Amino acid sequence: MEECLNTIADYALRSVGVGERLLPRSDFTLCQQFTLIGSGMLWNIYFGLLALLSGFFLATAVALGKAARNPIIRKASEWFIFVFRGSPLFIQFFFAYFFFLSLKSQFAFFDAFTSAWLGALIVLFLNTSAYTGEIFYGALQSIPKGDIEAADAYGLSGWTRFRRVIWPTMLRLAWPAYTNEAIFLFHSTTLVFFSGFPVWGQKGDALYYAAFFADKTFNPFIPYPILAFYFILLTLVIIAIMGKIGTRLNSHLPQDAKPKFRFRPQIIR
Amino acid sequence: MGFYWSFLTVLTLLAITAPLALTFGMGGAMAARSRLAPVSWLGKGYIAIVRGVPDIAFFLFFVIALDQGIEYLRHQALCPDWPDAIRQGNDFIVCQAAKMPLSNAAPEVHDRYGFFIAVFTFAIVFGAFAGNVLFGAMKAVPKPQIETAESYGMTRRQTFWRIVVPQMWVYALPGLGNLWMVLIKATPLLFLLGVEDIVYWARELGATKTPRFTDYPHGDWRMWYFLALLVFYLAFTRVSEIVLERTMRRLTRGQATSGGEAQRKVAG
Repeated sequence: MEECLNTIADYALRSVGVGERLLPRSDFTLCQQFTLIGSGMLWNIYFGLLALLSGFFLATAVALGKAARNPIIRKASEWFIFVFRGSPLFIQFFFAYFFFLSLKSQFAFFDAFTSAWLGALIVLFLNTSAYTGEIFYGALQSIPKGDIEAADAYGLSGWTRFRRVIWPTMLRLAWPAYTNEAIFLFHSTTLVFFSGFPVWGQKGDALYYAAFFADKTFNPFIPYPILAFYFILLTLVIIAIMGKIGTRLNSHLPQDAKPKFRFRPQIIR
Repeated sequence: MGFYWSFLTVLTLLAITAPLALTFGMGGAMAARSRLAPVSWLGKGYIAIVRGVPDIAFFLFFVIALDQGIEYLRHQALCPDWPDAIRQGNDFIVCQAAKMPLSNAAPEVHDRYGFFIAVFTFAIVFGAFAGNVLFGAMKAVPKPQIETAESYGMTRRQTFWRIVVPQMWVYALPGLGNLWMVLIKATPLLFLLGVEDIVYWARELGATKTPRFTDYPHGDWRMWYFLALLVFYLAFTRVSEIVLERTMRRLTRGQATSGGEAQRKVAG
């Protein structure tokens, strides 16, 4: 027990470079595996959370752009969504990494972009913006006509109408699908270190440490279920938080008129 | 040369997997509709994989399980008097004759075996998804159609093949189209399964030089490999979208759906 507490003290923040520098080499304990893989989860949460929060705003803009009357804005948004939804995220990571790498050889400014914390975050941000933008666009198209007519009748227009009526309704309708998107964004953060972005000083994400243990112990049946355990936990937390926000968005409606959340696994991004 | 062949590998995989997965899915959906309870459970269980197991785990796990399963069966058949246990701790040891493919086989055989395993894994996984879509589509065929068929005296089988199957595609196509897009995007996973696909080659071609030690006179080539891949996937997706849209328009013709109704109005 005390040994395990020591392990936690040593390795709980290993993935961000705090604590013991050397990873365990032999006699791997269950505690070490749990601690290190959990430590790696910090990166998954970092990528997922920041991409989700920043992507939300771009997604709203993209959705509005796709619904815009101006053909230039509309085409640009459509292409943005198509490029990021139409190609594997895997390839996007690879391409972005090597793209930043060649930029770096020209301008020193791009140095930070080749490390995962910034480069991969940008890819995830753009990717989730495209997926979420499509979801929001769909919701925007299915806003009841009556709601907008009512807003017009109240004399609301322009920004006020958007802020008070269209935007909340869009979010309300999109929320179940957006919850799924959030879950799968977090799942796809495991691809970061799996694709081009290198791991410096063994500071990797949860999948990196799980693969490390599977590699060292020749037994994939312990580290991967631990990884799965952490992700199931994360998924439950996301569903709970998004559910709370969803309840708030729907608080003015009768119980049975709420859009229901249904877990729809998406296979590959 | 290998780099160009790898594009063909991906296309071949798609060309073989898609019909195979559809067949598996059809089998699953038909089994799930069966009146025999065990068969129906089997079909429903297969389809339920969609909602249950996380997908990547399935990919990683299934390949090992299939590989070991085949070797285990061959071991039982070929070396009945093998003294040691097959599972020794974390190791999985079968006799030499049961190795799949044989350790003295040509590398080409290894490649082909790997490809076969990949196709089979993809087909099983996507078959479950297709089964889910087809099962839903069969249920979406309007009830009166089936009742009419019954009142004409058609048997269950005749109703299924003459009424349900021709009409279900219009309901199944959006889901199947989605699946096809996902299947296209899943092909980079091939290299996880050890098949030399495009990602493998793009990595390989770039790996010979480390950017930290060499100053490229021409910029980094790898970026262009991956750009080419990106364009390849985008073009493929776009072509699929167009084909699916055309097929959908063809299928809605004369159907009792809002799409079909709209077409009738235009035709006057």
